[in-house]
Amino acid sequence: MTTLLEVRNVNKRFTMGGLLGRRVINAVQDANLTLSSDKPEIFTIIGESGSGKTTLARMILGLELPTSGEISFAGKTVSHRVGRQERLDFMAKVQPVFQNPFEAFNPLKRVDRYLESTARRFLRLKSRDDLDGAMDGALQKVGLSLAEVRGRYPHEMSGGQLQRAAIARALIPNPPLLVADEPVSMVDASLRMSIVNLLKSLRDDLGVSVIYITHDLATAYYISNRLIIMQRGRIVEMGDARTVLDNPEHPYSRLLKASVLSTEDAGAGKLATDPEMVELANELVKRPGRLVDRPDGRMVMSYDRA
Amino acid sequence: MSQTTKQDILRVNDLKAYYQMNYFGVNREVRAVDGITMTVRKGEVYGIAGESSSGKTSFIKVLAAAIRPPLRVVSGTVEFDFKSGKIDVAHASPSEVERVRWRDLSYIMQGSMSVLNPVRKIGKTFRDFAFRPLGLSNEAFEARVIEHLRRLKLPPEVLNAFPHELSGGMRQRVTIGLATVCHPEFVIADEPTTALDVVVQKEVLGLIREIQQDMNSSVVFVTHDMSVHANMADRVGIIYAGRLVEEGPTREMFFAPKHPYTAHLVASLPRIGDTTQRPALEGRPPNLADPPQGCRFHPRCPLAVDKCRKDVPPLEQVGPDHRTACWRWQDVKPLVSPHVAHGVMA
Repeated sequence: MTTLLEVRNVNKRFTMGGLLGRRVINAVQDANLTLSSDKPEIFTIIGESGSGKTTLARMILGLELPTSGEISFAGKTVSHRVGRQERLDFMAKVQPVFQNPFEAFNPLKRVDRYLESTARRFLRLKSRDDLDGAMDGALQKVGLSLAEVRGRYPHEMSGGQLQRAAIARALIPNPPLLVADEPVSMVDASLRMSIVNLLKSLRDDLGVSVIYITHDLATAYYISNRLIIMQRGRIVEMGDARTVLDNPEHPYSRLLKASVLSTEDAGAGKLATDPEMVELANELVKRPGRLVDRPDGRMVMSYDRA
Repeated sequence: MSQTTKQDILRVNDLKAYYQMNYFGVNREVRAVDGITMTVRKGEVYGIAGESSSGKTSFIKVLAAAIRPPLRVVSGTVEFDFKSGKIDVAHASPSEVERVRWRDLSYIMQGSMSVLNPVRKIGKTFRDFAFRPLGLSNEAFEARVIEHLRRLKLPPEVLNAFPHELSGGMRQRVTIGLATVCHPEFVIADEPTTALDVVVQKEVLGLIREIQQDMNSSVVFVTHDMSVHANMADRVGIIYAGRLVEEGPTREMFFAPKHPYTAHLVASLPRIGDTTQRPALEGRPPNLADPPQGCRFHPRCPLAVDKCRKDVPPLEQVGPDHRTACWRWQDVKPLVSPHVAHGVMA
């Protein structure tokens, strides 16, 4: 088994404030995860805002350096403090997809210009025909075509189309890994599934691994192979997506699952959350604990008795 | 759940509201609301679903009497029947609207972050909003606000806090508090929970529902998230391209939809415990400046026939309380059965 991505004992601390009222925020604490390059998978990071999921993704992309610990991609340490060439080589292999496509694209720039500059930069293509070929190839993979996109500005496309174009741009250098940070939370419900199905087909048909960051448990269950659940910077449960979400063990995972609005009882107006569950999950944030292996292959955080 | 009295509090009759713009001498007309007729009953929660640029926000702007140019009401009426009297907010004068605003007709806005004034304490904001409509003495007003905050599970200390000192969920509860402190008969909520985390979202929705039942007010709320509608609404109306395409009791909308668009919206919801392939609806919502002929959904509709391309289907009664605008509603099959196991709830 060759490792594609390895995150080992990674911590990230942010310091807020100045001399007075200085505060330290542990955005990510002791994160460990490994992605193998043999079998492409969708690896999901679930968490609420402030759980550190985006910080972890930014560190994987090399936009942020871990305070301690190491992230390595295909055997090399990930860092933005490297030579230009090395950084470009890394960027060609790990590509990001951001949350809001309307913000990711400059509204004054045509969408195909982004695709073109990505192709120029990472594939070193110069001739018009080669560039068009690369752009069209990537757009075909996401169900668009160059003819549809050429000359159009972001506002001329729907949110779903634009998010697909963003994914097409990320696919141009044929990366083995995509990091998608909440790629569907800004997309309309009717178009959401087209993006989620697209990520699925990238994995199944093109062999691209995807790190899928979300707070939506239902889509995570639908597409992911493995997942981690993060609470305030700590991974509290990790394992096979179906195993974990069918029967979550950690109190926080249970709370998340219980908070998913189900459509089974449509019209019944069931909206009560058990306050004890919320309290228990909140209390566990402060307790020290470590991840323990469970017989079914998952890892759950267990706490020392107080 | 729907222990509604049959009395209507809101009657919208053939409402048309267009954006009329004149750029460089070219007139453009965007038909954001194009002939909507609906009613909301006393004590009812009515959910409006639709994707972005379907005209749902324009529609509730008209309901909330927040019409600003270039949006203009072209025809139709929006009649509220408050205890304090009837009012047609589409044609009322600003002073008449002022009379019912917050006291009878209130509005929970989208994005709690940007709604609250960042340099004003919450207590002052409450004063700005509610002091005049309530018309109470200083002490009575203070007591009323604190009592109301308690109901929203907020400590009275928040009155001395600035918005940035509160968490997202608390801020959203404060905006709900602002909108409901006058005990309005009618509340409009625009995507009240879209930016919130799952745990907080459920809590806030539960709170809106609780307050609504306490005050027996009517709520119209808008979101594109069908799972929110499933848990909040007594009735759901679906807006597509400026028109109401289907309306019915929540349960029927989910398990026996009569419009292909509704059937799709429901079927595309992923669920925990179910990994079967979910269909995605191809195509994009129509441009409202140049909508398609006939039924506006026909370019994306799997059931479309020639008639759909030519003639506009009327919104017809297909059951008690259930109306749909589709020529082929008898052929619409629910794409998911309600019996799919929902995993083991812990």
